[in-house]
Amino acid sequence: MEVVMSFAIGFLFMAAVYLILSKSILRIIIGTGLLSHGAHLLILTMGGLGGEAPPVLADGVTNMADPLPQALILTAIVISFGVTAFFLVLAYRAYQELGTDNLDEIRRILADDD
Amino acid sequence: MNQVLLIFLPVLFALFVPLLYKTFSRIHTGWFVLLVPLTLAIYYARFIPNITEGPYTSTFYWVKSLDLSVTSYLDGLSLLFSLLITIIGSLVVLYSIFYLDRKKEQLHNFYFYLLMFMTAMLGVVQSDHLISLYLFWELTSISSFLLIGYWYNRDRSRFGALKSMMITVFGGLMMLGGFLLLAQAGGSYSIRELIANGSVIADSPYFIWMIVLILLGAFTKSAQFPFYIWLPDAMEAPTPVSAYLHSATMVKAGIYLVARLTPLFAVSEYWIWLVVLSGLITLFWGSFFAVKQTDLKGILAFSTVSQLGMIMAMLGAAGIAFHVESPQKTIFAFAAYAAIFHLVNHATFKGSLFMVAGIVDHETGTRDIRKLGGLMSLMPISFTIAAIGSLAMAGLPPFNGFLSKELFLTSMLSLKEFSLFNFSTWGPILPWVAFVASIFTFVYCLYFLYYTFMGKGNTSKLPKKPHEAPIGMLISPIILASLVVAIFFIPNVIGKYFIKPAVLAMQPQLYETIDDIPIHVQAWHGWTTELQMTIGIVVIGFLLFITLKKWQPIYRFVSEKWSLNGLYNRLMRFADVDSQKLSNLYMTGSMRHYLMYMFAFMVVAVISTLFMSNGFNYSTANTAEVGIFEIATLIVMIIGTLTVLIARTRLTAIIALGAVGYSVALFFIIFNAPDLALTQLVIETVSVALFLLAFYHLPKMSRHEERMPFKINNFLIALGVGVMVTLVALSAQSQKLLPSISQYYKDTVYTKAGGGNIVNVILVDYRGFDTLFEITVLAIAGMAILGMIKLRRPKKEKKTHETK
Repeated sequence: MEVVMSFAIGFLFMAAVYLILSKSILRIIIGTGLLSHGAHLLILTMGGLGGEAPPVLADGVTNMADPLPQALILTAIVISFGVTAFFLVLAYRAYQELGTDNLDEIRRILADDD
Repeated sequence: MNQVLLIFLPVLFALFVPLLYKTFSRIHTGWFVLLVPLTLAIYYARFIPNITEGPYTSTFYWVKSLDLSVTSYLDGLSLLFSLLITIIGSLVVLYSIFYLDRKKEQLHNFYFYLLMFMTAMLGVVQSDHLISLYLFWELTSISSFLLIGYWYNRDRSRFGALKSMMITVFGGLMMLGGFLLLAQAGGSYSIRELIANGSVIADSPYFIWMIVLILLGAFTKSAQFPFYIWLPDAMEAPTPVSAYLHSATMVKAGIYLVARLTPLFAVSEYWIWLVVLSGLITLFWGSFFAVKQTDLKGILAFSTVSQLGMIMAMLGAAGIAFHVESPQKTIFAFAAYAAIFHLVNHATFKGSLFMVAGIVDHETGTRDIRKLGGLMSLMPISFTIAAIGSLAMAGLPPFNGFLSKELFLTSMLSLKEFSLFNFSTWGPILPWVAFVASIFTFVYCLYFLYYTFMGKGNTSKLPKKPHEAPIGMLISPIILASLVVAIFFIPNVIGKYFIKPAVLAMQPQLYETIDDIPIHVQAWHGWTTELQMTIGIVVIGFLLFITLKKWQPIYRFVSEKWSLNGLYNRLMRFADVDSQKLSNLYMTGSMRHYLMYMFAFMVVAVISTLFMSNGFNYSTANTAEVGIFEIATLIVMIIGTLTVLIARTRLTAIIALGAVGYSVALFFIIFNAPDLALTQLVIETVSVALFLLAFYHLPKMSRHEERMPFKINNFLIALGVGVMVTLVALSAQSQKLLPSISQYYKDTVYTKAGGGNIVNVILVDYRGFDTLFEITVLAIAGMAILGMIKLRRPKKEKKTHETK
C-alpha cells in the first residue's frame, strides 16, 4: 500500500506545483491546499500504514497504528488551515486594492507605483 | 611599550584637532599639528647612533588568545623609514600651513586625515606582526582615499580617490592572502621568526603563491606597472598631500615590504625576476610617458612612478646577492645600498619638486605647462629649488641623484655577469633598458624645468599675477633642496648612519656589523663604464630635448593605443553596468520565475544526491496490503485533483478541492486515524465555507491562458517535483534503520499520563509545547485577518505619505 500511496502523493505534489506556478492568485492558493494534503499523507505513509486499530487503548488490541505521525499531522493540519485562511484574505484584499488576480499584472501595477 | 604607543601618538592627537580648530580659530591649526611629527622625529633621531647595537622591540598585546599583537620593531630599515615619515611629515605640515587658507579650507578634516595617515605609515614600517602590518597598510589606503578626495565637491577628486582605493585595496587583499599562506607555512606571524625559519617556508608548495600575492600588494601600493594608473589621478589631492603621500612615504610602503621580505623570498628566482622586470618596465614606462604630460603634477607623478621602478629594480638585483659567491657577491650587495640610498635621495628631491609645483600653482593659478614659462626672473628662489631638484632627478653632479644613479647603473651592469636563472640570456638587455629610461628621465627633467621657468612664457596672461611665494612656504623646499646638495658632498656620513644600518637589516645573512659593508661612495669614481653611460645620457638626452617639438606628437598616437586607463574604465563599467545587466536577466521581479528556480534547483539537488549516494532503494517488504477501499478513495482523490486542474469556474475548483480534502479524511479513517479524520473533516468544511464566503469577492476564475512554452516548462518542473517526492518516499519507506519511539508512548500512556487516546495525550502531555504554539499560530492568523480587513488607509493619505 505504501508504494501505491507514494505514487499518489507524488501526483498530488505535481498538481500542487503546477497550480502554484500559474498566474492566478486563486489557483495558487488552491495549489497550497493540495500541497498540504500531499504533505500530510506523506507523513502518515512514512510512519507506516500497517496498524490494525486506532491508537486508543482498548482491551485485546496489540497492533495499533503509530500515534506519533498522527499527532504531528494534527498540528500541521491546524497550522496549514491558519495559513490558508490568511492567504485567502490576503488575496481578497489584494484583489480589492489592485483590481486583478493576475500576478504579472500586479507586478506591473506595483512597478508603475514606484 | 612606549615605543608602540608612539605609533599611535598622531592619531590620538588627531582626536583633539577639531577641538583646536574650533577653539583657536585665529591660529592656523597646522601649528599645533606640527608638534607631533617634530616630537616623533626627535624621538627617533635618538636611536641613530646606536641602531646597529640591535633591534629595539616593544610589544602591545591586542588579542592575546589569537596571538595578535602590535609589535614595534626598530632596526636600521624601520628607523630609516620612520625618520623619512616624521621629518618629511614635519616639513609638509609646515608647508601646508602656508599653502592651505585658514578661512577657506576645512583644516580640521585635513589634519585629522594627515595624522591618521602618519600613524598608519609608522605602523607599516615598524610592525613585526603580519596582521597588524596589514591593518596599518589598509589604514594608509583609507587615509590616502580621504586625502585625495579632500576637495570632495570636485568630480575629478572623487574619481581619483575611488580609483586609488580600488587598486590599492585590491593589492592589499591579495597581500593578506599571501600573508596568511606565509604564516601557515612558517607557523608564526612574526616577520623575524619567519625569516629565521626561511628554509621551511621555501619548501612549502605554496611558496610561489606567497611571492605572487605579496608582490601584488607591494606593486599596487608602489605604483608599479601596470598598477601605476592610480597615481596620476591621485594628483587631484592638495599639493602637500601629493608631496607627502604620493612621492615620499606611502608609495614607498611597497618598497619597504619588498626590502623587508627580501631575506625570506630572495632564494626564489621568481621573486628576483618579478621584482627586477617590473621595476625596469615601470622605470622605462614612467619616464617615457612623463614627457607627454602637460600638467606639472602629472609630470611629477609619472616621474615618481619611474623612480619607484628604478628602486624596485635595484632591490631585485640585491636579492641576487643571496645566490652568488664573492667577489660577485659584493656587486649585488651593492644594489641594496644603492636602492636605499636612492630612496632617501628621491624623498628629498621629489618632495621639494612637488612643493615647487604647489608654489607655482598657488602663485600663478595654473599648473598647465603650456600656459607657464618665463617665471625665472619673477620667482628666483622657486626656480633655484626647482633647478636643484630636477637636475638631481636627472642625475647630474653636484646633486645627490648623480651618486645614486651611478650606483644604479653599476648594479644594472652587473646583471650581465650573473649566470643563474637564465640571466645570461636576457641579462645583457637589462642595462640597455636602464640606459634608455635614464635618457628619458633626463628629457622630462629638462622639460619640467624649461617650460615652467624659462622660455618666452607670456606671464601677463596667467590667471594670477605671478610673484615670489611667501617665505613660510619656501622654508620646507629650501631645507629639502639643501639636503639634496649636502648629500652629494657628505654621502658617506649619510651612508654610515642611515643607509648601512638599513642594508644590514635587509641582508642580515651577509654582514655581521656595518663595518663589513665595503662601500664608500665617491663622486669621482674613475673613468668607468657608468660615467661613460652618464655622458651618453646627457648628450642624447640634450639632443632629444632640443628636438622635443618634432617628436612629441608621437605620444598622441602611442598613448591612445596603449592606455591602461581605458582598460581600467572598461573593467569598472563591466563590473557596474554589465553585472547589473546580468542580474537583471534572472532577477525579473516575477514571483513565478523565482518559484521555478527554487523548484528546479530542489529537484536537481535532491534527485542527483539520491543517486550519487546510492540512496535509492525499492522494496515492498513490511508494507501493508492494498485493499479495495483504498483504491476507491484513491480514484476519487485523483479525479478531484484533475478537476481542480482543468476547472474553468471558481465554484468547480472549490468543490473539487473539497472533494480531495474529504477523500484525505477517508484515508485517515482507513488508516486508523480517527482524530485526524475528525479534524480533517471539520477543517475541510470550514475551508470550503471560507472559500464560499469570499466567493462573491473573489475574482472570476480567470485562467489567464499561458503561452505553450510556459505551460510545458511549468509541467516539466511540476513533474520533476512529483517524481522527486515519489522517489524520496519510496526510498525512505524501503529502508527503515531504527525502530519507532512510539512503543514508549503506547506503553506508558496510561501508567504515566493517565489517558487512553494516545494521539491526544501526545498533543497535550508528551508534546504539549507543539500545541501551545500551534494555538499561537491560529491566534496570530486570526488577528492578522482581522487587521487586514479592518485597517485601511484612504488612498489620498497614502499618496501624501509616499511623497514624504
